[in-house]
Parts: sequence; C-alpha cells; structure tokens
Amino acid sequence: MIKLGVPSKGRLMEKTFQWFAERGITMEKVEDREYAGRVSGIDGVEMVLLSAGEIPRELAAGRIHLGVTGSDLVREKLAGWDSRVEELARMGFGHADLVIAVPNFWVDVDTLDDLDAAAAAFRRRHGHRLRIATKYHRLMREYLRGHGVADYQLVDSQGATEGTVRNETAEAIADITSTGETLRANHLKTLSDGPVHASQATLFRAVDAPWDDAAQATLADLRGRLGV
Amino acid sequence: MTLPPKATERAEAERLLALFLDHGAERVEPDLLLPADTLLDLYGEDIRARAFVTPGPDGGEAMLRPDFTVPVVQWHMARRGDPARYAYAGSIFRRQPDPSRPHEYLQAGFELFGHDAAEADAEVFDLIHAQVAHLRPRIVTGDTGILTAAVMGLETTADRRNALLRHIWRPLRFRALLDRFSGKTPVAAARADLLAAAEPFAESGPEIGLRSRAEVETRLAALRADAAAPPLAARDVGLIDDILSLSAPSDAALERLRDIAVDLPAITPATDGLARRLDALDARGIAPARLRFEGSHGRSTMEYYDGFVFTLSLPDRPDLPPVATGGRYDALTRALGGGDGMRAVGGVIRPGVILEGTA
Repeated sequence: MIKLGVPSKGRLMEKTFQWFAERGITMEKVEDREYAGRVSGIDGVEMVLLSAGEIPRELAAGRIHLGVTGSDLVREKLAGWDSRVEELARMGFGHADLVIAVPNFWVDVDTLDDLDAAAAAFRRRHGHRLRIATKYHRLMREYLRGHGVADYQLVDSQGATEGTVRNETAEAIADITSTGETLRANHLKTLSDGPVHASQATLFRAVDAPWDDAAQATLADLRGRLGV
Repeated sequence: MTLPPKATERAEAERLLALFLDHGAERVEPDLLLPADTLLDLYGEDIRARAFVTPGPDGGEAMLRPDFTVPVVQWHMARRGDPARYAYAGSIFRRQPDPSRPHEYLQAGFELFGHDAAEADAEVFDLIHAQVAHLRPRIVTGDTGILTAAVMGLETTADRRNALLRHIWRPLRFRALLDRFSGKTPVAAARADLLAAAEPFAESGPEIGLRSRAEVETRLAALRADAAAPPLAARDVGLIDDILSLSAPSDAALERLRDIAVDLPAITPATDGLARRLDALDARGIAPARLRFEGSHGRSTMEYYDGFVFTLSLPDRPDLPPVATGGRYDALTRALGGGDGMRAVGGVIRPGVILEGTA
C-alpha cells in the first residue's frame, strides 16, 4: 500500500481530485471520517488528507510515499529539497509567484542589480541592512545568495506583509502573489527580473519512504496511468 | 561512509593543539554560544544558511560557534599586543548541504596577529602544513590582495571601483558589474528611459517607507554620472581576467603577475608582497614551485580574507572537505576593531578529515 498525501481542503483539494479524475483515478473524502479518503481506479493506493503545509515534512520523513503540494512549500520547508523528494508531475494549477516588491517611487530600482546597489547605500546611510519582509526565508536566502545580493536582511512577516513598508518595519517585501492587485494598492512594484519562484501544485515522490517491491510496482502502475 | 569516533577525533585535536602550544601560542577557548549580531553584521543573511541560529538568552539571537576566527579576533582586539599567537581546539557547527557530512566537528587552529606580513604568512602555512604533510595534500594558494589592488588601480570612477571591491567575494556579481562597466552588457531600455525622463518620479506614487525620496534622487544622480563615465578599457578588463584565470606554480605565477604589473602598476606592492612571502616560505624549506597559485582562489568562500589564502586537500579523497585551510584577514580585524585593524593570519586543521583520510 502506498500513501498519497493530498491537501485536505479548498480549491487545491478539489483541483487535485479533478486532476487525478481526468487520468482515471477517482478520489473522494469519506464523510464520517474527516481526514480519510477513498481511491478507486487503482489498487494499492491509500489517500491521506493533510494540510498542504504539512505535506513537505511528511514526504521528507518518508511517512507518505507521494504527496501533492505547492512547489514553493517544498523548497521553503525542506533543506536540500531536491535530494529528499522527486518531482513527478507539475499539475498545472495552484499557480502563485513569489516576487520581490519595492515601493513604486523607487524609480531607480528595477532589477536585482539595482536592489543590491540600493541596499549598499541604504546600509551606509541608516546603519542597518535593508530589510525584506517575508515568510519565505529559505527561498529568498538561496535566491539572493545565488544572485550575489548583499547588505539585506530578512525580517519575518507571517501576514499583511504588504503593509510592512508603510509601517517602516521593512523597506521591501517578498511574498506570494497571484495577481498584482494588492501590491498596486500598497504602492509597491515587482522587480523586472521575474519571480523568485513560480510555484504550482506538484506531485512529489518521497525518496526516503519505504519503497518495497509492492510499493514500487504500485508506483509503476500509477505512473503509467498518470502518464508521468 | 563511517566517520571516526568522537573520542579519536578529540584526541587528534588535542594532539594538534599541544603542537601549536609548543610553538609558542597561547590557548584560547571562545564560547560555544555566540551573540549572533556580530556574525550577521559581518556575513549577512548568508550565514544563516551555514550556521545554527537560535533564540538567545537576552531576547536576541545566538549562534552556535560557526568558526573560531571571529571570537578570537574579538578577544585579541580587546587586548591588542604584537605579535600575538593563539591556538584552540574545539567544536564548530555548520549546516551542510550534504546531510551525510557532520554538522558538528572539531577544528584545531592557530592565529598570528601582527608581525611582518610575509614572515607571518610563512610561519602559519609552515606550521599548518607540517601537521598534514604526511598525507601529501594537494596545495592551492592564492592572494585576494592582488585582485583588490588591481581593482583599486582601474582607471574609472571611485563609485565603480567601490562597487567592484564590495563584490570581490561574490564572483557572479563581480562579473556582472565588470560586464556593465565595460559596456559588454548594453544599457537596459528602462534604464535609458529613466535617465532621459524629465520627470522621473511622474506617477510613481507616494513616498513610503524608510528609504527616502532624497536617497532615490542621490542614486539617480549616481546613475547619471555612471552613464556619462566612459566604459572600462577592454585592456583593463583583460588584465583582471588574466589575474582571475591565473593558475600556475607560485614562482611562474609571480613572473606572470610581474608581466601584468607592467600594464597595471597598481598591483606592484601586492606582487612584491607575494615575492617576499615566497622567499619566506623558501627559507623554511617550502619551494614556491610546489605551491600552486590560483588567481581566483579564496573568492567564493568567506569574506574578509584579503591576502594570502591556502587550502590543503587530500588528492585521493575528493569526497572530503579540505583537511586544512587558512589565510590573512586584516580586513576582519578592521571590521571588528572599529576601523582600527592590524595584520592577522591563521589556519585551521580538521582532525576528523585527517582520520577519515588515513582510515
């Protein structure tokens, strides 16, 4: 029996069910038991309903064999994510971009290159590093490090991140945005280099799950049906 | 892969420490739990990816000792003294990209403050190398000071030189800056429009946040000045590339650098320093021809190594990290000494790697 972790509520759950249904595998919630589900159309697969945020950890621990969650959550929550999970399929929904946004009136800042230069000058002027409010610490650190940006610091913001600039608890933000509406309303603009990460719902395979012969056979069967 | 038992690793570290103490060093024992502020100020957010950060006792953040150099420099800068020699052995904690590598391991190290630079470099290298010479390590050396001197000698604006100096340790961004300053990367249309705009702030919304409109205007002025400055000469960029791509035995590398210095005289003091170091090493029986010199060595590791750098690794064990590393970090003493620095050079050995390499 292989365990497949699926988001337990909302559009992400519905779209996941729909994605599998289009490929001949039917999933449904069992009404009297909140976190269990039924899978038909294939033998040997058990569905486990979990919060999308818990799925990366369950995959890393090998407690589930497969899981559907946002690619941003896996990259953010798992150190060395690509050695612990394998991407089987990008599912084409749940799109959300992690973007860096700065005040619109920073007309001198359009690219990461500019942000880096502005950060250097900001630190000299204010005596502390330029603050970027975010809850995506690992993704941001790896991205900025990969691009050689210095003199910034990440400050934690778990909600209402767009307001931190006006409140002067941060100079810039990095957050998930599916539309630019909230940013514009808060007089913020995104950098032109493109998103830090373009996230979408993704089917992952846990490297460290118990892959015995039966589990491997079920996986091969499943991959055949899903065409992944 | 099996790691050597802790007790064996500990005994090896103590053995190395005893040798350093015999050499005249004073033993230092920095705290395991360090205030995070200093390290974060020095290294920025990058250090969070490499070190273990934890809530500290005073409400701030603390860090499990990620290396000995910073606390040893702080210890010395509070007391001064020239020359001063310190040795230590103990655990350091590093997050590893490869989870099979230990996150906690021992280092034994030796640091020398003050003294003649070339003599001190040679003394530290000789002492560290002697402890691992039986493993026939592959030796790679470098000198960040030569690149720094080359940048300072570029005929361009002070802003451009400072921008390049700030990114000496970030090769990608350094290259991007060189490409931009030399005109290899064309000016983006959005940038050209902005600089040509009569009203750059038109429809840009309200001033929000701590970075003021005056700061944006200051940078706009800097961007205009930069756009008006002539591009870096292709010849100068070529000389920087020559330095960065240099890889040769140290005696041959010195000759090559002397050739480059004909066109870029600003590096002459740094190449003279390299010559003196090689003489001092030679006098200790370490022939320059045995020391490979690489022009970009030490750039992508830790910031603040600003002179001689060396790495000793086990040639048959590419799976292991270097067995010993070291270098000169005068810039770090300036950063931690309130601008008032002094010469300092040091090196560390990883006893665990010695044991893995000889197992």
